Amino acid sequence: MSFKIASSPHQHSQKSTAQLMKLVALAALPGIAVQAYFFGYGVLIQLVLASVTALCCEAAVLAIRSKKIKVKLLDHSALVTALLLAVAIPSYAPWWLVVIGTAFAIIVVKQLYGGLGHNLFNPAMAAYVLLLVSFPLPMTSWLPAAPVQHVTVGPLDAVCAIFTDFSCSGYSVSQLRQDADGISMATPLDTLKTDLSQGYTTAESLKKPVFGWLSGEGWFWVNLAYLLGGLFLLQQKVIQWRIPVAVLGSLFGCSLLAWLISPDTNASPIFQLFSGATMLAAFFIATDPVSASTTEKGRLIFGALIGVLVFLIRSYGGYPDAFAFAVMLANMTVPLIDYYTQPRTYGHKHKGAR
Amino acid sequence: MPTLFQHIQAGKVWDFHGGIHPPSRKERTNQKPVALLDIPDRLYIPLRQHIGVAGKVLVKVGDRVLKGQALTQADNAMAVPVHAPTSGIVQAIELHTSAHPSSLAEPALVLAPDGMDEWRPRKPLDPEQVDAYTLLERIQESGISGMGGAGFPTHIKVNVKQPVDYLIINAVECEPYITADDLLMQERASDIIAGIEILVKLLSPKAVLIGIEDDKPIAAASLKAAIGQRTNYFVREVPTKYPSGGEKQLIQLLTNKEVPAGRRPLDIGIVMQNVGTAFAIAQAVLDDIPLIHRVVTVAGETLAQQQNVLALIGTPISDLLNACGFQPEPQQRIIVGGPMMGFAIADWSVPVVKTTNCILAPTENELGAASEEMDCIRCGACADACPASLLPQQLLWYSKAKDQDKLAEYNLSDCIECGACAYVCPSEIPLVHYYRVAKAEIRETQREALKAEQAKARFDARTERLEREKQERLERNQQLAAQRVAQQQASGLASQTAAAVQQALERTQQQTAPALDKEQIIAERERKKAEALAYQQQKQQTQTAEPASVQTSEQTEDPRKAAIAAALARAKAKKQAEAQSEVAAESAPAETAASDADAKKAAVAAAIARAKAKKLAEAQSEEAAEPAPAETAASDADAKKAAVAAAIARAKAKKLAEQPQAETAPASEVAEPVAVPTESTPEQDAKKVAIAAAIARAKAKKQQNSEPL
Repeated sequence: MSFKIASSPHQHSQKSTAQLMKLVALAALPGIAVQAYFFGYGVLIQLVLASVTALCCEAAVLAIRSKKIKVKLLDHSALVTALLLAVAIPSYAPWWLVVIGTAFAIIVVKQLYGGLGHNLFNPAMAAYVLLLVSFPLPMTSWLPAAPVQHVTVGPLDAVCAIFTDFSCSGYSVSQLRQDADGISMATPLDTLKTDLSQGYTTAESLKKPVFGWLSGEGWFWVNLAYLLGGLFLLQQKVIQWRIPVAVLGSLFGCSLLAWLISPDTNASPIFQLFSGATMLAAFFIATDPVSASTTEKGRLIFGALIGVLVFLIRSYGGYPDAFAFAVMLANMTVPLIDYYTQPRTYGHKHKGAR
Repeated sequence: MPTLFQHIQAGKVWDFHGGIHPPSRKERTNQKPVALLDIPDRLYIPLRQHIGVAGKVLVKVGDRVLKGQALTQADNAMAVPVHAPTSGIVQAIELHTSAHPSSLAEPALVLAPDGMDEWRPRKPLDPEQVDAYTLLERIQESGISGMGGAGFPTHIKVNVKQPVDYLIINAVECEPYITADDLLMQERASDIIAGIEILVKLLSPKAVLIGIEDDKPIAAASLKAAIGQRTNYFVREVPTKYPSGGEKQLIQLLTNKEVPAGRRPLDIGIVMQNVGTAFAIAQAVLDDIPLIHRVVTVAGETLAQQQNVLALIGTPISDLLNACGFQPEPQQRIIVGGPMMGFAIADWSVPVVKTTNCILAPTENELGAASEEMDCIRCGACADACPASLLPQQLLWYSKAKDQDKLAEYNLSDCIECGACAYVCPSEIPLVHYYRVAKAEIRETQREALKAEQAKARFDARTERLEREKQERLERNQQLAAQRVAQQQASGLASQTAAAVQQALERTQQQTAPALDKEQIIAERERKKAEALAYQQQKQQTQTAEPASVQTSEQTEDPRKAAIAAALARAKAKKQAEAQSEVAAESAPAETAASDADAKKAAVAAAIARAKAKKLAEAQSEEAAEPAPAETAASDADAKKAAVAAAIARAKAKKLAEQPQAETAPASEVAEPVAVPTESTPEQDAKKVAIAAAIARAKAKKQQNSEPL
C-alpha cells in the first residue's frame, strides 16, 4: 500500500488569508453603519462602486498576468482595499471619483508592484492621496452630520447626488453642505483648523454646530464604532496590538503635550483621537500587513511615526486630516525599520554586538 | 537579589518567544492503558537506529536468537547495539525501508519470532554497588539512545567531564496527539525516577528539573508521588504551548538560560534526557532489559481504536495500524511522529525504531491537507510564532532568492524546523519545506566550496612546484652561462660582447630572481671572479708545466720513462702549439731569435743530440724500447738475438737521427755538416741525450710551425 507524502507540519491553523480579510470586512461593519447613519447612505453606494471596480480591475490584471483568477479573487484582499477607500472618501462624492481611485489602487499600487504581498504602499491610502491632490474639492466635500444638516437627504438622494451631482430634490452637493445661512459647513477638523488660523481660540471654535460631544458631531460615534471593530480584530488575533497602540499612543501623547502647553490653540487629545479617520486608520489601515513593518519593535516605531506625522500635519500642515499622508510616509520607511529592528535570535547576542 | 537557583527552587517558570496552541487531541489516548500486542510475524530491526554508526553484526542468517540477545556489538563509541525483541530465527540481513524522512533503504535484520519469547540470562546491576564505568557500559550495551526524537547515544551524553548544574528531564511531550510519555509516567513513574537516580549518580547535578506540560496532571502527580522525599528533584509544570518540548525551549522555560548558537546545553551546565530514556536506563540497569520495546501512540480518526501500545522494536507500522482497526481512505497519509514534526511515509512496512513515539493515520478532515500556497502578505504571524525569534518571512524571501549570505545573516541555521511558522501562515506557505531545501543547498554549497578549496590547494602546489623547477633550471643555466663567460674572459677573449652578455645575464637573473638581494649578487660575482682567476692560474700552470716536466723527467733514471715523458712532452708541445698559437708565437720569436743569433750552437746541439741518440739506440734502443723493453731484457742471453736487435735499433736510431736532420735543415743549414763530427762525442748519459733530442726536435718543430705566422 502506498500513501500520500507531504512535508511537515501536517497540521494547519484554519486561519487563511481569505478568512482574515473577511474578518477585517466584518469588523468594519459597525463603523460603516454609523457612518451611513450620520453621513448618508452614499457610503453604501460608494462601497458597491468600489467593490465592483476593485474586483473587475483585479480580475483583468490577473488575466493579463496569467494568474489563477478565482483563487486570487477569493482572498478578498481587493474587497478590503475597496472598502477602506470607499469609507474614506466623502459619501456624496461623484461616482467617477471612487472608480478612478479604486482602479488606481488595484492596478497601479497593488498589481503593478507584483500583486498581493508585494506592494510597498497601502493601496487604499495611495489612491486616497492621488484623489486628494487631483480632485481636492470633491474629496473634501463632506456633508455635515445628519443632526446638523439643513436639508434632509434620503437614500434615493444619495444615488442621484453621486451619479448626477444633484439630489433628487434638485440640490447640488455644495448646497447640501450649507447651513441655514447658506454657508458651507466643513468637517470639524477643517473648521477648527480654519478657525485657529483666523485667530479664534479652540473653545470659541468648538461652539460651532459641526462640533458635538467630545469631538465633531457624528464623528465621535463613527470613531467609536471603528474602535469597537478594531478591538474585535485584536480579540480575533487578526491584527496585533502594537501598531494601533503605537499610533493612538503617539497621537495622544503629542496632542496632550501641545494641549497642555497651549490649550487655546490646540485640540484636546480626546478630540484628536475621535476625529476624522483616527480609529479607522489605527486599526484598519496602518495594520495592513503588506505595507506595515513586520518586526515587533518595528511595528511600534512604525505606528508611533504615523501618530506623530498625523499630529504634525493636522496641527501645522495644509490638510485638516493626515492619515493618508502619514501612512504613506511611514510605508516608505518600513524596509529601513525592518532592517534595523531584527529580533535577537535565540542563542545569539544582540545585533548591535556583532 | 535571589540567585537563579533560588528562583528555580521557588518554582519559577519562565517563557520563550512565540509558540503556538494547536489542538492537542491527546484526550483520545491519554486515558487508556498501554495495550500489549501479539508478537508480529516478522520483525525488521534496522542495524542503526540512532545518530552514529551501526555496530558489528554478531549473528548470521539461520541463527536462533533469544529475547534480549545482542544482534550487533558496539565496536566504537558512536555505535550502540540492537537486540532481539523476542526469541526467533534470523531470516535475513537485508536492506529495508528506513524509518527516516528519506525512506532510504538501510540494512536491517529480519527476525522470524518463534513465539516462545525465551529470554537470555539476565544480570541486573545494583547502581549503588557498581561504578560509573559499569553503568555507562551497561547503558551502551543495552542499546540506549535518546528516545525523544534525535536518538543521540545516551552513554556519550551522560559521560561528561564538565560539572553539570541541572539535569533536565523532558516530559513535556508538546506535539499534538502524542501521549506515549504521558502514559509511561502514569504507569511507570517509580521506574522513571529510578532511571533518573542512575543519571544523577553519573552526572551529579545540583538539581533535577522535570519539565512537564500542565495538560498532564495525572502524570505530574505520579512523578511527584514517586519522587517522595528526595531533595532537589523538582517537577515543573509548564504551560501547554508548542514547542515547549524543544530542548532549547525547555531550557529557557526552566532556567531562563539560552544555549549559545552553535554550542551544546552542556556548555551552560545542562544535560537533558527524555523520560522514555530514563525509563529505558532503569530497565537496562535494574532488570537487564535492553531497549527492545517502547510505547507508541497510535492515533488518527481512520483507526477504530486510538491508543498507546507497547511495540517491539522492528514491528512493521502496518501491524500496529491493523491492530488498531485501520480503515484507510483515499489519499491516506501515514505520519511517523506528531503532526508538527513527524514525517509522512509512503510504505507502511517501515518498522518501529527506538525513536518512534507516534503513528498517525488521520482523515482528510482531521488534518486538512495543505491547500494551495498563496503569496506572503508579510503579516508577520510566523515571526510572532517563531520560538527562535527568527523572521520567517524574510527567510522565505531569501530562500526563494537562494541568497545564502542573507540567509546566514538572518540565522537560518538556528531554525529548529518546529513548524510553528508554517502552522500559523495564513497563506499556507510550507515555510519549513523551503528552509529544509535552503539548508540542503547551503550544505551542498559548503561541500562544493570545500572541494574547490582542496582543488585550488592542489593546483597551487602544482604551480609552485613547476615554478620551482623552472627557477632551478634557470639558475643552473645561469651558472653554466656564467662559467662560459668566465672561461671566455680567462682565455683572453673577454671583449665588450662578453661583458654585454654578462650584464644581460645579470639583468635576467635580477628579473627572474628578484628575491636575490644585492649582497648575494655581489657574492656571486666575487665567486665568479675567483673562479675565473683560478682558471687563469691553472692555465698558466699548464703552460709552464711543460718545461718543468721535462726537467723532472731528466732526473728520472729509467730511460724508458724518460722516453715516454719526452714523447708526452712532444705531444703536448705540439698540441699546445696548434691550439694556442699565441703562446707559441710568443715563445717562438724568442727561440727564433736565439737560433738566429746562435745558429752554430743550435746546430752543434742538434748534432750532439743526434750522436747521443745514436749511442743510446745502440745501447738500448729508445724508440723500440717502448713495445719491447722486457723482451729485450729477457733475451739478453741470446747473443744472436741481441745482435739482431742491436742492428735494428741502430738502423732505427740512424733513421731517427736523419729525420731531425731533415727537419732542422731549413732552420739552420749549417747544422748538417757540423752534425757528423759531433757524432763521436762521448756519451755521458743516454737519458739526457734522449731528452735533449726530444727538446731539440720539439723546438725545431715549433720553429717550423711558427714560421708561417
